[in-house]
Amino acid sequence: MTSGVAEHQHAMGSEWSGGQSPFAVGWPKLMMWLFLVSDTLTFAGLLTGYGVMRLTLGKWPVQFQIFNIGLVSLMTFILICSSATMAVAVVAARRGDGRRVRQFLLLTALGGLFFLGAQVYEWTNFIHEGARLFTNPWGIPQFSATFFIITGFHGGHVTGGVIYLLITYLRWARNRIQPESVEIAGLYWHFVDLVWVFIFTLLYLI
Amino acid sequence: MAEGQHEGGYRSYIVTWAWLLVITVLEVGIVLVRVPKVLLVLSLVTLALMKAALIMAYFMHLRYERLSLVYVVVTPLFLGVILFFGLAPDAINTFLLRR
Repeated sequence: MTSGVAEHQHAMGSEWSGGQSPFAVGWPKLMMWLFLVSDTLTFAGLLTGYGVMRLTLGKWPVQFQIFNIGLVSLMTFILICSSATMAVAVVAARRGDGRRVRQFLLLTALGGLFFLGAQVYEWTNFIHEGARLFTNPWGIPQFSATFFIITGFHGGHVTGGVIYLLITYLRWARNRIQPESVEIAGLYWHFVDLVWVFIFTLLYLI
Repeated sequence: MAEGQHEGGYRSYIVTWAWLLVITVLEVGIVLVRVPKVLLVLSLVTLALMKAALIMAYFMHLRYERLSLVYVVVTPLFLGVILFFGLAPDAINTFLLRR
């Protein structure tokens, strides 16, 4: 279907001449990409604000004395694995291997739930140690504020993603959706992993 | 999808997954050996960008999409970089004023 459109496009001229499908992808996938681009800017804003704040203050608590880097590494590991299982589900959908799609969508959602569980554990510990949104025992209020807001935003995205995956699972199981919908859900899930790459690096490691 | 035949199936995902894990181990390793701050920041940002590139190119299939879509996705990332470097001088000035 899409390849027919693409051939037509090539026949019409250059890639930049527009036409019915200038990006050679279906509109649902294009819309997801545009959403992800705008959501990238949300996180870019948050992380830039965090970076500017740290530069302004010049001092910051030593993160690996406060956070459990082992736990955070495990969360990173889980998220990377769930991205890989999602990729498998997408290929399986394209190949028409329905059973494998269901298995790997569930595995991916399970990975997301594990990640969220670890994050709840981490937040609980952090709050028990006295961290609040605008105050904390380490003397730099911005430290806990940026932590809660940025990881909270990301955690919200993971929660939304798990729900999205479960809905995709149910709709796939009832033959309501095409393989492309699984691929689009995959794009969102990989994006959540992508954002975590930067949060892990900038908030915990640097 | 139009150029789906170029994709290596599951194998390319396993390779990508393995590389992502290797880079993550490297990242944590660099923090644990405590290198100078400038080197730490530079190496960690480089590794993070490598991970991001791997995820976008292979997991999100961007490598197999048409170039126009790649440009649409990648251009705003440069805006993010400009945003940071536009604000950083102000932050450093404030920091220097406080000392």
